Amino acid sequence: MEHPALPINVTVNGKARAAEVEPRLLLVHFLRENLGLTGTHVGCDTSQCGACTVHVDGLAVKSCTMLAVQADGADVTTIEGMAEGTALHPVQEAFQEQHGLQCGYCTPGMVMTAAHLLETNPEPDDDAIKHALEGNLCRCTGYINIVKAIRWAADQMRGQHASS
Amino acid sequence: MHPASFGYHAPRSLVEAFGLLREHGEDAKVLAGGHSLLPAMKLRLTQPEVLVDLRHVSGLSGIRVDGDTLVIGALTTHTEVSTAEAVRRSLPGLADTASVIGDLQVRNRGTMGGSVAHADPAADLPVTLTALDASFVLTSSEGERTVAADEFFVDFFTTALEPHEILTAIRIPLPPSPARTSYAKLPHPASGYVVVSAAAALSVDDAGACTAARVVLGGVAGTPHRATAAEAALTGQELTPEVMTAAAAQAADGIDPHADSYADEDYKRHMAVVYARRAIEAAAARA
Ligand SMILES: Cc1cc2nc3c(=O)[nH]c(=O)nc-3n(C[C@H](O)[C@H](O)[C@H](O)COP(=O)(O)OP(=O)(O)OC[C@H]3O[C@@H](n4cnc5c(N)ncnc54)[C@H](O)[C@@H]3O)c2cc1C
Ligand code: FES
Ligand code: FES
Repeated sequence: MEHPALPINVTVNGKARAAEVEPRLLLVHFLRENLGLTGTHVGCDTSQCGACTVHVDGLAVKSCTMLAVQADGADVTTIEGMAEGTALHPVQEAFQEQHGLQCGYCTPGMVMTAAHLLETNPEPDDDAIKHALEGNLCRCTGYINIVKAIRWAADQMRGQHASS
Repeated sequence: MHPASFGYHAPRSLVEAFGLLREHGEDAKVLAGGHSLLPAMKLRLTQPEVLVDLRHVSGLSGIRVDGDTLVIGALTTHTEVSTAEAVRRSLPGLADTASVIGDLQVRNRGTMGGSVAHADPAADLPVTLTALDASFVLTSSEGERTVAADEFFVDFFTTALEPHEILTAIRIPLPPSPARTSYAKLPHPASGYVVVSAAAALSVDDAGACTAARVVLGGVAGTPHRATAAEAALTGQELTPEVMTAAAAQAADGIDPHADSYADEDYKRHMAVVYARRAIEAAAARA
């Protein structure tokens, strides 16, 4: 049976977006296909890999496990919304500086989860970082440099706060 | 991967939600955090015709103290439960449980009501909520009824909840302080779900004697399993290391766990004893 498309209004990376979507459309496909924001990746069919992680109303969530209609009225940030102009977000810069990526497939999700962690816990120890990353899988790096990058980003961000 | 097509409603009130559930009957499913339902729909393990999303129904989320009871709204997320000061202070075993569910992203969306209604035998919250003697408020257009955890969980993915009912709140009696509650989990290394887990809730009097004990196992049956022999072995005793070890040794009495590709029956029975001991010791150490 066909079900009618429903209107949604979502703010994505600060920009108001209105659309009519099928109820079964997943948020990740809305972002990638309707809005062309292909930085958010799909790495699994089982809600386990975290490559699709975005922020919805400030919380890291798996956009493959949320309907676009559930995001009606929400404020969504994707990896494309992290940098300010050419200035990378400190977590993005950290992955570059500390070699926190190889193929890069998992990286957008890793960055979004890490940024959420540092907002709730600006001074995480390695255990807290690893606990926060349980829902993000990486097939390349072995995670060591990802943890290192997040520690580095935490230091940078605290330094910025201290000097401002 | 896309779920099959369905109709979607986000009612603004419980009355409206009950109307939709009545209209669509068996074809409808309630949507809370979607973190059990949507993965199952993507894999086409379930194909509801209609989803009734509770997100605009007010009053279903949040944590409040009502006399000597902690009331948690069904839509309260695992993250909210694990970080709430009232939970951390009064029921640390419940905060610990919510903090080891799935992963950070799952905890940001998944809800207590959804976990309870779903009744996955490898889930965490049903185990701890049974140890805490929680009860569940089931509401329908005819009114509401309250069902204790001991009666609520019927079998694998089966509860006392009727299709026209909505679980609106979880009620947990607040223990006298200090609150001796705990949770110990052996997670599956790939999925993160429970292989075996144990929750303990102990009451201890001023003289140091255990006056009441509830010890509950997860992962060993279709529903949370009360380890009644272990409970009896703790009650009336001073909680010495010997008493706790002897009680835990009886935790696996009467269980008949399902073997799976990761854990066979003997291993689960052995882990039931190990994790029951860890939970009992951790609860006793909370003062
Ligand atoms: C990758 C991943 C890992 C996970 N790991 C764990 C884990 O380690 N431990 C664990 O316990 N869980 C785990 N989960 C499941 C998670 O905790 C879910 O959040 C929870 O099981 C269901 O809650 P929900 O709010 O998402 O419910 P939904 O998925 O929205 O609903 C689940 C079921 O309950 C019904 N329902 C929901 N709310 C109500 C209500 N208020 N009244 C009546 N019926 C209702 C729905 O109709 C549906 O049948 C995991 C999930 C994922 C995706
Ligand atoms: S695509 Fe793997 S968790 Fe979302
Ligand atoms: S860098 Fe390749 S998957 Fe993580």
